Amino acid sequence: MKKTLILTTALVSFGFAANADVTVMSWGGAYGAAQNEVHVQPWATATGNTAVMVDSDNPAAPVKAMVEAGNVTVDVASLEYADVIRLCDEGILEPIDASILAPGADGTPALEDFLPGSVVECGVSTDVWANVYAYDTTKFPEGPTTAADFFDLEKFPGKRGLKRGAKAVLEFALMADGVPAAEVYATLGTPEGVDRAFAKLDTIKSEVVWWEAGAQPPQLLADGEVAMTTAYNGRLFAAITAEGKPFQIVWDGQIYENEMYVVPKGAPNKDLAMDFIKFATTTEALRAQAELISYGPPRKSALKEDILFKGSEFSMAPHSPTSNLDNALSSDFEFWVDHDAELNERFNAWLAQ
Amino acid sequence: MAEATNELLTTADGRPLKAALQAAQARAKRRAFLLVLPLLLFVLLTFLIPIGLMLKRSFEHDGFASSAPALVAWFEANPDFNPADPPEEAYAALVQDLARMQTDKTTGIAGTRINYSVPGTISLFKKGAREAGDLTPPFKESLVAVDADWAKPALWRGMASASNVYTAEFYKVASDFKLNDDGWARGEDNERIYLYLFFKTFLISAIITFLCLLLAFPVAHLLATLPMAKSSLLMIFVLLPFWTSLLVRTTSWIALLQEQGIVNDLLVGIGLIGDDGRLSMMYNMTGTIVAMTHVLLPFMILPLYSVMRVIPPSYARAARSLGATSWTTFRRVYLPQTLPGIAAGSLLVFILAVGYYITPALVGGADGQLISNLIAFHMSKSNWSLAAAIAGMLLASILLLYWLYDRLIGIDRLKFG
Amino acid sequence: MTQEPRNDAFVAFEHVQKSYDGVTLVVKDLNLSIGKGEFLTMLGPSGSGKTTCLMMLAGFETATHGEIKLDGVNINQVPPHKRGIGMVFQNYALFPHMTVGENLAFPLEVRGMGKDEREAKIKRALDMVQMGAYANRRPAQLSGGQQQRIALARALVFDPKLVLMDEPLGALDKQLREHMQFEIKHLHESLGITVVYVTHDQGEALTMSDRVAVFNDGRIQQLAPPADLYERPENSFVAQFIGENNKLMGTIEELTGDKALVRLTTGELIDATAVNAKEKGHRTLVSIRPERVEFKPEMMPPGAHTIEAEVVEIIYMGDILRAVLKVAGSDDFVMKMRNTLGQTKLSPGQKIKVGWHPQDARALDP
Repeated sequence: MKKTLILTTALVSFGFAANADVTVMSWGGAYGAAQNEVHVQPWATATGNTAVMVDSDNPAAPVKAMVEAGNVTVDVASLEYADVIRLCDEGILEPIDASILAPGADGTPALEDFLPGSVVECGVSTDVWANVYAYDTTKFPEGPTTAADFFDLEKFPGKRGLKRGAKAVLEFALMADGVPAAEVYATLGTPEGVDRAFAKLDTIKSEVVWWEAGAQPPQLLADGEVAMTTAYNGRLFAAITAEGKPFQIVWDGQIYENEMYVVPKGAPNKDLAMDFIKFATTTEALRAQAELISYGPPRKSALKEDILFKGSEFSMAPHSPTSNLDNALSSDFEFWVDHDAELNERFNAWLAQ
Repeated sequence: MAEATNELLTTADGRPLKAALQAAQARAKRRAFLLVLPLLLFVLLTFLIPIGLMLKRSFEHDGFASSAPALVAWFEANPDFNPADPPEEAYAALVQDLARMQTDKTTGIAGTRINYSVPGTISLFKKGAREAGDLTPPFKESLVAVDADWAKPALWRGMASASNVYTAEFYKVASDFKLNDDGWARGEDNERIYLYLFFKTFLISAIITFLCLLLAFPVAHLLATLPMAKSSLLMIFVLLPFWTSLLVRTTSWIALLQEQGIVNDLLVGIGLIGDDGRLSMMYNMTGTIVAMTHVLLPFMILPLYSVMRVIPPSYARAARSLGATSWTTFRRVYLPQTLPGIAAGSLLVFILAVGYYITPALVGGADGQLISNLIAFHMSKSNWSLAAAIAGMLLASILLLYWLYDRLIGIDRLKFG
Repeated sequence: MTQEPRNDAFVAFEHVQKSYDGVTLVVKDLNLSIGKGEFLTMLGPSGSGKTTCLMMLAGFETATHGEIKLDGVNINQVPPHKRGIGMVFQNYALFPHMTVGENLAFPLEVRGMGKDEREAKIKRALDMVQMGAYANRRPAQLSGGQQQRIALARALVFDPKLVLMDEPLGALDKQLREHMQFEIKHLHESLGITVVYVTHDQGEALTMSDRVAVFNDGRIQQLAPPADLYERPENSFVAQFIGENNKLMGTIEELTGDKALVRLTTGELIDATAVNAKEKGHRTLVSIRPERVEFKPEMMPPGAHTIEAEVVEIIYMGDILRAVLKVAGSDDFVMKMRNTLGQTKLSPGQKIKVGWHPQDARALDP
């Protein structure tokens, strides 16, 4: 297994790493393209270094394999928050000195400017995505506006779409039940809190259509199978902008997560990599990325002015997780590492009842 | 029949006949063995070894044992310690191991192992490991000061159990047992899931098998009795599902059966149900049963067909000429002769249904999930050992079924085609 | 050559036609009466319609047109299980999942017969075919001949008035077949049942039957007792189908009553009896059995025409000698001679003259 990975890594590195000073590995697709356009290429132009972007289905796997094989060809990678924490604990990632980060455009020191949780030991956030809920405006012209409305079958009758699994669903239920974002995980850490979350879910259980893959909820909503559904905000954005669906996102009780740049341990050009991260996480660079995709910039200074989609008149504010942070919850990786198995067991038992 | 004789038969030149026969056949046997060798290797490499490795994972996990040597040694020396109040030396060994985990970066691995039976342990270990270097004796007090959970008897039970590489823990979890401060006990009602899902999986599989039989019997009969040209066309319809992607088929069922789907639209259109009374046939048990029956139908039709094809029509004619009505003919003459096909098809469909994953995952919704979906879930959460334990139990129950089947009906009566 | 239905017939086909595809008729206007207690054989090549007739009688096929009567009652609409007809199938069709005893009990059980009565009947039927010891065996454990007997016993156990047999001996070897022919014939006589028997084996038909119906092309070509069929075939199909037969093509030169003088295509004149070639100048096929051909003048009627022949080959067959002759330009003319002590020895190349009694040469349709 390991040998194959080394071999693949070697082959891949032969392909792209020949002359680049910094190699950035990201997720490909619209996301990777955006980062290449507004981070990688501008950095190369600005510093005179060469920089290339390579794609991966999930950069966490190759990064781990490369470091374990001792043949690291990637300098910077874009990872999910949970993987950043995990790989950092395993010593796969280089710690990032937060003091190098640029202050906000308005002069705010970096650590005050970044949103809480968006700078960690081994990673700096580039954007934030969220688990939100949305409804069909043709069904509810005076649509729901709060997390509690999602659970109000009398005011807003119809089926509900929820992701099958404990994570994000239990937090959402507690917030809809009136638990403030700051207390959600403390509450969920107690048996009473778990009971409370399930009791809230009980109120809509008969009306729930459970989804599993990210592509499902916009489809369920479009088909009229559900009146409202939770979904990843990026998927809803695509359905609204590209397909013109009459969906409205409700920004209340959503749970958001960071996507981060990291430096693998043993990166060939570690110093240049740090410089790249500094460049790519300035207010301007984060705003530039947020103009291309519907994931929010994690800096307060980047949110002061409205972000417009690809230079059009279309405001990103109603779609960006970081523009809508009232009663939002930052997903707690540590909590879920500890309680994922336990709460999912309970969740599955509850589902089967 | 030859008469039995005690006299040793020999060939013309005096060699024992048996030895001569063996020598003559040895070459043919060697060649036959060489012919099946590739298949044997293939089965060994792609089936037996992976299943063996999978089963091994279900009772073997060294995540904790390999990263906490001091504590493992202490547990070995003190097998009868009191989990409610471990002595100072146990805490000293624990702190020593935690410090080592911090430098070796194995906190996550060790914590994850204990977390399987004692939730909340990963962060506990991380916090403990970070502080371990700075702790001073007495370690009991100083560690409990970091987090009171370090004194939990359940945790100590969990660590003692995990200090052994081989464990039955995963099978206990898969049987709805939970580790609490007093040891392993059956979980609370609202936590029990696995045994219930096992039962439900077998029940749904039995229903699906029965429905398949009900639908397949007439089709197979038609296939076996229609003229060649028509039966070939019908056979194509039967096999069509085989040639279509499973996902496409499942998605078509969603389009058909969902609340805004074609069937409901039709029923509303002809006024059979009101627009607000649309039937829920998707994302529940009904959806799972319908879609899986469709997916598995060919596995029932083909064995039935292969048996029915060789039943000469003269049996039915004979029965009729002997005075039996068509129903009696079916019940007493035709049906008994199709039993090998029914048995083969049912066994095939049932076993496939018990292990089915993708269809219930897509259309099962809340109550249409089967045990295999939980196996997939635990694999996605990297809890391979628990997934392997559930799979092992599933495998064992299928083998048990197979054994029962052999005892009651006889494996030699199976006829697959 | 069909007979008009008789009112007292036990089984009667009246103007029965059968078509499977609506285009061609497999059975063309069949009229046939079978008397009570008669052993009637339907004989013909495959595809001649004989099996279809049997299946219509059993109720497994419906007549496209016409009536089938059993004991004076129209049974066209009666389902097979209500006809009360016993049937023996070509492959025996013994139920493989039942023992011999259960096979025999089956027709009695479906008639709701009590256990004691059932067992008595089963025992009697098994004894009748000398299989009394085999009640607990399964069909697969029996030899072909034994299975045949069980099939017979099963068809008879419920005392049917009519038994149909569809080539029942086809799968047996020659010796067993001949033995079974005798047994079936014997059972028929002792039980007094009516049997309709289908076969393509003319030997079987001739040995067993009271009357034989020769089928060809969906029609009965001739319906007659075995001897008539062999000795007095009424058309060239029957003549050729039954037994060995010499054929000579020619034209009717003179006709006196049913005595005909035929000029062969090669010019020779021969004597014959006109059967269905009844006008002067008509082309005809003259049929002569090999054993009725004579080459010694003293055996021929006075004034008989003779014809030149050359011995091609003599085949020794034990009881008879078979001489292949070249007659009228073709060398497949056969003459059979009894292998008696004083029999004249012929040798290949020898020139002889052959002739026959006029009634043995039948002038038929060409």
